[in-house]
Amino acid sequence: MGSSCFPILSLLIYVPLLGAVTLLFVRREHEAYIKGFTLVLSLIEFALSIPLYFYFNEKTVGMQFVERRAWFPEWGITYFLGIDGISLLLILLTTFLTVLCVLCSWRAIEKRVKEYYITFLFLETAMVGTLCSLDLVLFYIFWELMLIPMYLLIGVWGGPKRVYAAIKFFLFTMAGSVLMLLAIFALYFQFYKATGTYTFDVLQLYNGHIPVSTQYWLFAAFALSFAIKVPMFPVHTWLPDAHTEAPTAGSVILAGVLLKMGTYGFLRFAIPLFPAAAHAAIPIISILALVGIIYGAIVSMMQPDLKRLIAFSSVSHLGYVMLGMFAFNMQGMEGSIYQMLNHGVSTGGLFLIVGMLYERRHTRMIADFGGLATPMPILAIFFMIVTLSSVALPGTNGFVGEFLILLGAFRANMLYGILGTTGVVLGAVYMFWMFQRVMFGEVKKEENRKLVDLGKREVLILCSVVFFIVLMGVYPKMFFKKMDTSVEGFLKFVKERNAYYMASEVMPVKVVLETVKKPAE
Amino acid sequence: MDFMQFVSAFRWIIPEIVVTACALLVLIVEAFRRERGASLASGIICLAGSVVALYYTRCLWNQQTPLFNGLYVIDNFGTFFKSLFLIILVLISIVSLRYAAREEIGFGEYYALLMLGVLGMMVMVSSNSFITIFIGLEVMSLAIYILCGLFRDNLKSVEAALKYFLLGAFATAFLLYGMAMTYASSGTIDVKELGRLVSEHCFDITPLFFCGMSLLIVGFGFKIASVPFHMWTPDVYEGAPTSITAYMATGVKAAAFGAFLRVFYTGFFLFTEDWSAILWFIAVLTMIVGNIIALVQNNIKRLLAYSSIAHAGYILVAFVTGDKVLSSSILFYLMVYAFMNIGAFTVVILLGRKGEPNEEIESYAGLAARHPFIALSMAIFLLSLAGIPPLGGFMGKFYIFSAAIKTHYYWLAVIGVLNSVVAAYYYLRVLMYMYFKEPERELGTIDFSPAYVIVILVSIAALLYTGIWPRTVILLAQHSVSIF
Repeated sequence: MGSSCFPILSLLIYVPLLGAVTLLFVRREHEAYIKGFTLVLSLIEFALSIPLYFYFNEKTVGMQFVERRAWFPEWGITYFLGIDGISLLLILLTTFLTVLCVLCSWRAIEKRVKEYYITFLFLETAMVGTLCSLDLVLFYIFWELMLIPMYLLIGVWGGPKRVYAAIKFFLFTMAGSVLMLLAIFALYFQFYKATGTYTFDVLQLYNGHIPVSTQYWLFAAFALSFAIKVPMFPVHTWLPDAHTEAPTAGSVILAGVLLKMGTYGFLRFAIPLFPAAAHAAIPIISILALVGIIYGAIVSMMQPDLKRLIAFSSVSHLGYVMLGMFAFNMQGMEGSIYQMLNHGVSTGGLFLIVGMLYERRHTRMIADFGGLATPMPILAIFFMIVTLSSVALPGTNGFVGEFLILLGAFRANMLYGILGTTGVVLGAVYMFWMFQRVMFGEVKKEENRKLVDLGKREVLILCSVVFFIVLMGVYPKMFFKKMDTSVEGFLKFVKERNAYYMASEVMPVKVVLETVKKPAE
Repeated sequence: MDFMQFVSAFRWIIPEIVVTACALLVLIVEAFRRERGASLASGIICLAGSVVALYYTRCLWNQQTPLFNGLYVIDNFGTFFKSLFLIILVLISIVSLRYAAREEIGFGEYYALLMLGVLGMMVMVSSNSFITIFIGLEVMSLAIYILCGLFRDNLKSVEAALKYFLLGAFATAFLLYGMAMTYASSGTIDVKELGRLVSEHCFDITPLFFCGMSLLIVGFGFKIASVPFHMWTPDVYEGAPTSITAYMATGVKAAAFGAFLRVFYTGFFLFTEDWSAILWFIAVLTMIVGNIIALVQNNIKRLLAYSSIAHAGYILVAFVTGDKVLSSSILFYLMVYAFMNIGAFTVVILLGRKGEPNEEIESYAGLAARHPFIALSMAIFLLSLAGIPPLGGFMGKFYIFSAAIKTHYYWLAVIGVLNSVVAAYYYLRVLMYMYFKEPERELGTIDFSPAYVIVILVSIAALLYTGIWPRTVILLAQHSVSIF
């Protein structure tokens, strides 16, 4: 299956870690060196991830770049890495956003610079590791490992209420994940009971037989853990706090990558492991997603704080991702994955812009701004483009994703589609209203008159964001072609498994296996 | 011939002999010592003795034999625990080399008592008979009663010693009474024999027998600091010298669990349903009470004391399952727990000074900015206690809760993991002070003695090793419990 023997995924995971360890031994006075080193390292990491795109064989369904080493054979824990079209794109997003984060922290972070970059590199290791792991234990280790650096990023370099936000973030996420851990055990022993082998290998567990009544419980535990991370209504409350208090780069990485871990978790684990329960949960998840879309949008409208506004808009956008995913058809699923990437790029972009404004004015209140387009024309252009992408204007990346999601939702259930569409309108309302209040009109405050426009570094950052917004908007095929086969295979697999479980409820297992295989031939 | 057999039996207990001999040697050396002040020589003897004993214990691996008419037994279970105690002794005596000098613990008996305590622990886990268990327990406890009150001029220390002594004596009485009742109804003091008699229905199971079993639970429950027998723990842990606190939290707990396991997994194994129903509640209470009260502690030693109660609860979760193979998770957890606790207490020692212990959590404020190494190592120990991968504490919890799931104790597992979320809060609180807050006052110069640094580094290495490659230690633990 693997197209190369070179352990590229391990390299991708451990290069940042190695960098972090190296930085430990650098004297803290050499700030410029530390920043430069991290930037170069994150660029190398990005460069390393690009060959993944080109060498990835889009014609096969299975995992690629597979690495498998024994770790604890008696318990069936393996060091098992591999990616498919879905994780490939998310890894690219991660390495790309990390570069931007390093760049945007250049001036914003003034205290404990060394620790900051160490934490960031550590976080990158955990994120890439989570996306590559195909062994449940390995996955869980990386999954939990993401918590500590993010906790530190919010708590050390965050805003005034950072302590509260950091602890809330940590406890929410941990509460979800420990229950998932128990579900992992239950799944593991269930698989052993059915087949006689102990394994945490996801690909093997996919094919196990789990009684449907057990599936409900296990799915609930996994789904809770991932739903907290996404975050879905009603467990989203940590997100606005975390986003508001986190430093800019923290918000970018939180919105851009960490939230995607939740949706990715659904795709990689919760749905294929428990297809019958996932299908049974369609109404619940879809309705919660719709509530998230509409609630997030309405609450966004009323936010006085820019970062809080974007945070709630994330709740709304991630609602689309979940809605599309649980439509269980090609359009919805592809749109959902595309929307994950879009949200990373455009919401990441929005946080970057807010961060730039904050560096100049040290406030994020919408009321403190107004008429910024006059002193900062360049920022206005970028802000406009990113805003348009966020409201899904045709020609930008957001349009492709939302369009497909709604298409999928309409195909699956007319009502969900209609309700989902109202979110698009609401989305336009809060984004444009915010943009209008910040950028247009008279300059009301004296301080805003003298604001300096973007510097070269900032233009570079935003240019790269806009580049992807346009590229993903006008040439989506470039990304879809990598995930088409994976998504198709995924949907086919989930459908077959679901049919198998539906049948097994009434027939003994052996008969079912035969009946399910026949139509496939 | 019998005499020769008797003599040759002694080669099996070389580790115990080495420890005893070194303890006596220390006493003699002390008697001839002129100058006052901490005794380096005794410390070195203690350290050397424990390393030698550790070497000989290693040689006993995979050996199995009853000794002295079945009163004593050599098996992997005992050997695993003995190694654990000796590792603890090595670490504690290294810390003490500096700590005793700082706190001006002038009498070398300190080291003799440390070793005698370990001797008691070793006897406890390798005895097959109630009498020997009791002797081991008493040897251990007497040494520790004295060690707790080592700071004669410090009220808290004296209070700790007195409290521990009174309550300990009380609990010992319970234990002894339980043993007596068991003997009265079964007619044997041999644990293995008891198991055999029970399975062959050789005697009537009377209420007296169950009474005995319950009293044994009380007695052991006291030593492992489980709720509701935990009242002494916070005061004693706070008042005792910090090195002794670390020694108690790891060694005494492990020894008590060792003896507890052996008695209940061999002698009373047929009654698993009965005692696991009691222990289910004790485990839940222990976790909840320990964690909830720890939330509001401001003294780091008290916080660690309550956390140690909570950890006894996690270990009890594995105990409740009543699965012989899975009981190895207890051994693994105790091993990991020893490293993270000794590490954390060493950091506490490191930050204190004579007469100024700096045990309030506020004194940790801003530690990360000024002493990144200390803050980082404390963070590692606390995160390991909280069960965050890839540290040993995570693997310990992983094993314990997987055991609970495997044996279908779902609710117990759910309560357990939710408790570990509660626990994360107070561990993070210390982390928060270290990393998020600005320092409130100067801590003064910190004494980076190699003694502390070595122990901290060894503990970190052990935690990373058991967290990332747990296989070796877990397999050892599994071999150890194969005797059940």
